[in-house]
Amino acid sequence: MSRPDPVPRNDSIAPAPLNLGVTLAVGFREIWAHKFRSLLTMLGIILGVASLVAMSALVKGIERGAREALIAVGGLKKVRVEPQEVPVDQRHLADQAVGVNLNDVEAIRQGAPLIAKVSPYMTIRGVLSANGRRYRPFILTGVWPVALEMNEHEIQYGRGFTELDEENARNVCIIGTAARDALWGSPEEVGREIIPVGRTVYINHVPFTIVGMFKHYESEQERRQRELEAKLAAKAAAEGKTNTVRRGSRRRRRGSNFVFWLKNSTVYIPLNTMWMKFRGELEAAGVTSVPRLSVLEVEVRSVERLPEALQQVRNILMATHKGIEDFTFRTQEDWAEGIEQFVRNARLSGGLIAGIALVVGGIGIMNIMLASISERIREIGIRKSVGATTRDIFVQILTESVVLAVLGGLIGLGVSFLLVRLIGSFSPTDNAPVITAGAMALAFGFSVAVGILAGIFPAIKAARLDPIQALRYE
Amino acid sequence: MALVELRNVSKIYHLGGEEIRALDDVTLDIEEGEFISIIGPSGSGKSTLMHILGCLDRPTSGTIRLDGVMIQSANPRELAAIRNRKIGFVFQFFNLLPKLNVLQNVELPMVYSGVPARERHRRAMEALEAVGLANRCKHRPSQLSGGQQQRAAIARALVNNPRIIFADEPTGNLDSHTGEAILELFKQLSHEGRTIVLVTHDPEIAAVTPRRIEIRDGRIAEKLDLTLAGLDRPGRAGAASTAGNS
Repeated sequence: MSRPDPVPRNDSIAPAPLNLGVTLAVGFREIWAHKFRSLLTMLGIILGVASLVAMSALVKGIERGAREALIAVGGLKKVRVEPQEVPVDQRHLADQAVGVNLNDVEAIRQGAPLIAKVSPYMTIRGVLSANGRRYRPFILTGVWPVALEMNEHEIQYGRGFTELDEENARNVCIIGTAARDALWGSPEEVGREIIPVGRTVYINHVPFTIVGMFKHYESEQERRQRELEAKLAAKAAAEGKTNTVRRGSRRRRRGSNFVFWLKNSTVYIPLNTMWMKFRGELEAAGVTSVPRLSVLEVEVRSVERLPEALQQVRNILMATHKGIEDFTFRTQEDWAEGIEQFVRNARLSGGLIAGIALVVGGIGIMNIMLASISERIREIGIRKSVGATTRDIFVQILTESVVLAVLGGLIGLGVSFLLVRLIGSFSPTDNAPVITAGAMALAFGFSVAVGILAGIFPAIKAARLDPIQALRYE
Repeated sequence: MALVELRNVSKIYHLGGEEIRALDDVTLDIEEGEFISIIGPSGSGKSTLMHILGCLDRPTSGTIRLDGVMIQSANPRELAAIRNRKIGFVFQFFNLLPKLNVLQNVELPMVYSGVPARERHRRAMEALEAVGLANRCKHRPSQLSGGQQQRAAIARALVNNPRIIFADEPTGNLDSHTGEAILELFKQLSHEGRTIVLVTHDPEIAAVTPRRIEIRDGRIAEKLDLTLAGLDRPGRAGAASTAGNS
C-alpha cells in the first residue's frame, strides 16, 4: 500500500482564517526581542493606567468618608427647620412672629403624614464641670428621646431618656465620649475605660446625674487605626517595654473627621429640663416666649417624596405662624450634592490628567510601531511574498501594538496598588483610597483602546507596503 | 492548457513623465513540469516578468492565466492566496526571517494558509529533509552557511506543494561550488516533476535548463531550445550564443 501524497494541494484562492495564536506569539516575540525598548514604550501606558486607578481610588476613599459622615448625622431623610429672620416684606409683622416652637411640633405630628418623626431642640452654650475639670461641649441640647434615634446616637453605657425624665424635668444627662475624655480622661490616657454613668456633673453649676454615655463615634478608618495602635501597645506592654502610646493621639486625629468629633462632643438633657432649668440661658440664646425652640428636626418617610413632605411641613407652619415666614428648611441634600459635585470634579480633573498620560503613552506606542515597521520592511515583503494578505500584516502590527498596551495596562494595574499603598501611608487616618473593580476595568479598557488606536496607523502603513519594493528594501 | 499563459503582457511605469516599458507585449506559455530559465541583463525586464508571473505585480495590459485563474483581474487578497498556495519563491538573498529559526521559516507559508500547528511541523520537517537540512531545523538563519540558507529557502518554497517555483538568481549570492549544488537540487526537483522557472543574468546557469527565454528591453528576444539548437552540452555554447546576439 503506497503512502498518499503527504502534501495535498490547496487550490482554493479564498483567504485562510486568521491564525490569532501565531499572530499573538509573533507579537510577544517581537516585544521580547526588544525588551528595554518595549518597557520604555509601555511606561506611558503604565503611568497612565496607574494614575487613573490611583486617582479614582483616592476620590472613592474621600467619597466614602463623606458618605459615612452623612449617614452619621442622620442621612438624607433628616431636615432641619430653623428659625430665620422675618422676610423684609413682612417686617411690620415681626412682633407677631412666634418662631419655631413646640406647638409646631405637635401640629406637624398631627398634620403631616409624610413626616415620620419630629424632634425639637433647645440648645444653649454651657460648661460642664466635674472631677475638678471643666468642659465646654459643642452641643448642649435639650431633646426628646426621639432625638437619639434621629441622630443615629447609640448609648453604649447606661440608659436613654424616659417619659418620666421629660415630664418631671429631671436633672439627668447623656454625654458623649469627648466630655468623658475631657473630665475624667480618655482610655488612652488613663489606660482603662472610665464609665461615668451615675456620677454627678455640673452643667452651668446645676448638678446633673449622668444616666448614659454614647459610644465613641469614629470613621471606619479611625477605628482600624485605633485598634492597630491598641494592638501595638498591647504587644509593647507584653514585651515588657514601657507603655509608649502616643499621648493625645486622638487629639491629632480630631480634625480628621469633623462630623464624628462633633457627635462625640454632644451632651443631651431632657427638653423639659432645659426649659425649666436654663430659661435664662435660653433667653440669652434668643429663645424667648414660652415654647420656642432653637431648631426643629423632622424625618421624612422616604427621600423620594422629600419635596412633598417639605411642602406639607411648610403648609402647617404657615398656618401656625399666621403666614409669617420666620422659618427655613435646611436639608442634607445640599451636603449630598456637595459630595457628588466634589466627586465629579475630582474625577474629571484626575481623569483628564490620567487621560493625557494615556494619550502620551499611545503616542509612544505609535512612534515605536512606526520605527519597528520601517525596521521590518523587508520582513513584511517576505511575509507578503509567501502569501500574507494585507489583512494578515495589518492584524500582526495591530496585535503587537495591543499586546504592548495590554502588558502596559496590566503592569500599570500592579503599579497602581503600590501607588495607592504609598498614598495611604501619607494619610493613614482619613479616607483611605479604595481601588474599585470598575476603575480597574475602565483603566484596562482604556489601555486596550489606546493600543488599538495607536496601532491602526502603523498597521495600515505596513499592510499597504508594496511587496516588490519591500523585498528590494535594504 | 498550459500551466501559465501570458498573452500580450505589457508593464508600463511612469517615471517623471517618462514612459518606461518594462515589459512590451510579451506572450509566453509555460507547461506543467517544465524547467525553464529566463535570462537577460539587469534592466532587461526579466525581474518585472518574474514579478508578474509570481503574482507580486499585475500587468498594465494583457492577460495572464495561472493554473486556470486570471491573474490580472484578481484582487490583492486573491493574489496573496495564489502566492501562498500555487507559487514558491527562491530569492538571491534567501530572504529568510532572521528572528525565526529554520523550521519556523519553513512553516511560514503554512501559517498563512491555515494549516494546523502539528501538520505544519510535520510538513516543514519533511521539506527540510528533502533539502537535507533537517538536522539544522532549530538554527537561526544567521547560524547557517549561504548554501544552507538557500536550501532552507527552497524548503520554504516547496512546503505548500506549489504549482510553480520561481527562483530569482538563486546562486547569485553563493560561491560557484555551493551554487552548483543548489542547481543540482533544482534539477532533482525538476526530475520529480516540479515546474521551475529560473531567473538569471548568467547564461552558464541558464544552460542547465532545457528551455531558455531571453529578455531584452522588455521583449522576448529569442527562444532557445537546447535540443533544437543542437547544444546537448550545457555551458559555454549557450553563453556564446547569448553573447553573439548582444
